[in-house]
Amino acid sequence: MDLSYTDEEEDFRARLRDWLAEVLPKLPERPDPLDWPGRRAYDSGWQRALYDAGYAHVHWEASPTLRMIFLEESERAGAPYVGANFVGLLHAGPTIAAEGTPEQRARWLQPILRGDEIWCQGFSEPDAGSDLASLRTRARREGDHYVVTGSKVWTSHAEVADWCELLVRTDPEAPRHRGLSWLALPMDAPGITVRPLRTLAGSAEFAEVFLDEVPVPVANRVGAENDGWRVTTVTLSFERGTAFVGEVVGCRRVLGELAREARANGRWDDAVLRRRLGRLSAEFQALWRLTQRNVSEAQRTGGVPGAGGSVFKLRYSHARQELYDAAADVLGDGGLDLGNAWARERLSSLSYTIAAGTSQIQRNIVAERILGLPKGR
Amino acid sequence: MDLQPDDDQRALRDGFRALLARRFGRDALRAAVSAPGLDRTLWRAVGDAGFFALRVPEARGGLGLGAVEAVLVFEEAGRALLPGPLVATFLAAGEVEGAATGETVVTAVDGTLVPWLDEADVVVGDAAGATPLRSVDPLTPLHRVPGACAREPLASLLLAAEQLGSACGTRDMAVQYAREREQFGQPIGAFQAVKHLCAELLVRTEVARAAVYAAAVTGDPGEVAGAKLLADEAAVRNARDCLQVHGGMGFTWEADVHLHLKRAWVRAGLGTTAARAEEELAAAL
Repeated sequence: MDLSYTDEEEDFRARLRDWLAEVLPKLPERPDPLDWPGRRAYDSGWQRALYDAGYAHVHWEASPTLRMIFLEESERAGAPYVGANFVGLLHAGPTIAAEGTPEQRARWLQPILRGDEIWCQGFSEPDAGSDLASLRTRARREGDHYVVTGSKVWTSHAEVADWCELLVRTDPEAPRHRGLSWLALPMDAPGITVRPLRTLAGSAEFAEVFLDEVPVPVANRVGAENDGWRVTTVTLSFERGTAFVGEVVGCRRVLGELAREARANGRWDDAVLRRRLGRLSAEFQALWRLTQRNVSEAQRTGGVPGAGGSVFKLRYSHARQELYDAAADVLGDGGLDLGNAWARERLSSLSYTIAAGTSQIQRNIVAERILGLPKGR
Repeated sequence: MDLQPDDDQRALRDGFRALLARRFGRDALRAAVSAPGLDRTLWRAVGDAGFFALRVPEARGGLGLGAVEAVLVFEEAGRALLPGPLVATFLAAGEVEGAATGETVVTAVDGTLVPWLDEADVVVGDAAGATPLRSVDPLTPLHRVPGACAREPLASLLLAAEQLGSACGTRDMAVQYAREREQFGQPIGAFQAVKHLCAELLVRTEVARAAVYAAAVTGDPGEVAGAKLLADEAAVRNARDCLQVHGGMGFTWEADVHLHLKRAWVRAGLGTTAARAEEELAAAL
């Protein structure tokens, strides 16, 4: 066991740290979260800066350890989060890189890396959330096009996206998992309606997307026809890999800020609250170590991250909610004031046990794939 | 960076696991419960295998290994529910004559408690005025002492490693039972309610493992306190959930679950307790 980093990794960390220290002070102020065009411009600008400095490839080609160091240092320095580029950089991009043809890679990867094109995710449907394979959006083949009809929901960034990674049913007769295909849908195609969904946090984070006889070139299909489920599994395993590294670092920073606030406003004298913060410190320290273990394992096996990510996600999503519950108690009355960033984060944290596979689905994955318990009711 | 044991460390762990399976399997455990008292032959066998001498320098006849290796063998001791003042004897090896070989049994005052006082040859700390408790754990006799005494972080780390091993043990017991026991015409492990209990057993174990292994590598006192906190929780909660998975059987003396739970409670009361760990970690924020 060894928690030290190689010379190459330390060099990367030092160079990145210097670069962040140089560029971050010059960055414009972050736009209001509800200003989608502003967010798009801001996030794309940051991605372009990363591209020009040679850091854009870090999510795809760098070793898992370098990727972890990148996320760790970025969060520590307060760099912008991947934001509107999330789906492109962490879902669609890696999927196209792994499963796409040379033409597809040439068409889509560069614009993602440069922040020129924004992607959104079209997986979930009103009747296909956790049970994704029951999705009903149909793609009918007509010559060199598919004609797509149906609707998608919880589509982050749909309002400003150029492309959508769309999972559709291409063979309604096949068993549920076998009749699906993965398409790159141009969001300016005719027949698409985007309707923003207001979340309980008050933001328009998601949208519903309605598809009415939308033509999509067959050339936009990534992977074989009716092989979309496997292609999607590749995508989702990337999501559960190192996706939370920056967030764990962020939670540890917030915990330190909570302690400072509690000491300043007198809440620190409450032993129950103080001990809760102490416990959370152990929790996030352990989650950081678990991250390092998962990353070093991915590094060693050289493979796509496995079911171990579910272990992390289960515990992290719960811990994040506890952190912001504690924040509300540190704030006292202020915990009820949406002018406070922690109060808003508390609301946002409610999505963590639902998004990207609910905690219940994650427990099924852990029980069936890791512990080998029988599938059943 | 790698938080997995290397080949040598795995070999050491597997060797000790095999020794315990041979010398302290289930029959021996149940025999010990029926006739409590420290088995000196077993103690010497554990000593012969190098358990207590693990950290003693090679020049002085030990194995010259470190905290990581210690954690791995204590994890196995916890999994097997090996009884006795393991931590105190381990820490005394190289200082107290005969401790390293298992000839001398050493206990220590830990907070307000002393385990195995009547069986020990040497006591570290002031046990004057010790009065016996009726220990909840049939395999850990306890005395209470009037004063209190602090312990070094390594003791807490080793206790945490034992808790981790116990958490793994109850996880495996629960999963095995959930696979075999049938109700309503199928294994109970097919029911989500049971499946989710089992998943949480694994999650707790893996979080505790990351914490304990990292604390062994860094030796940072705050990280050790956090590791003890999470390992205590994993051992206690896992034993309780394992008991639940076993249903009525879990509540019987015949099932081994209660032995894990009771030992986990005792270990949680030794070394850095939850309250102390939380205060320590909060103070460092």
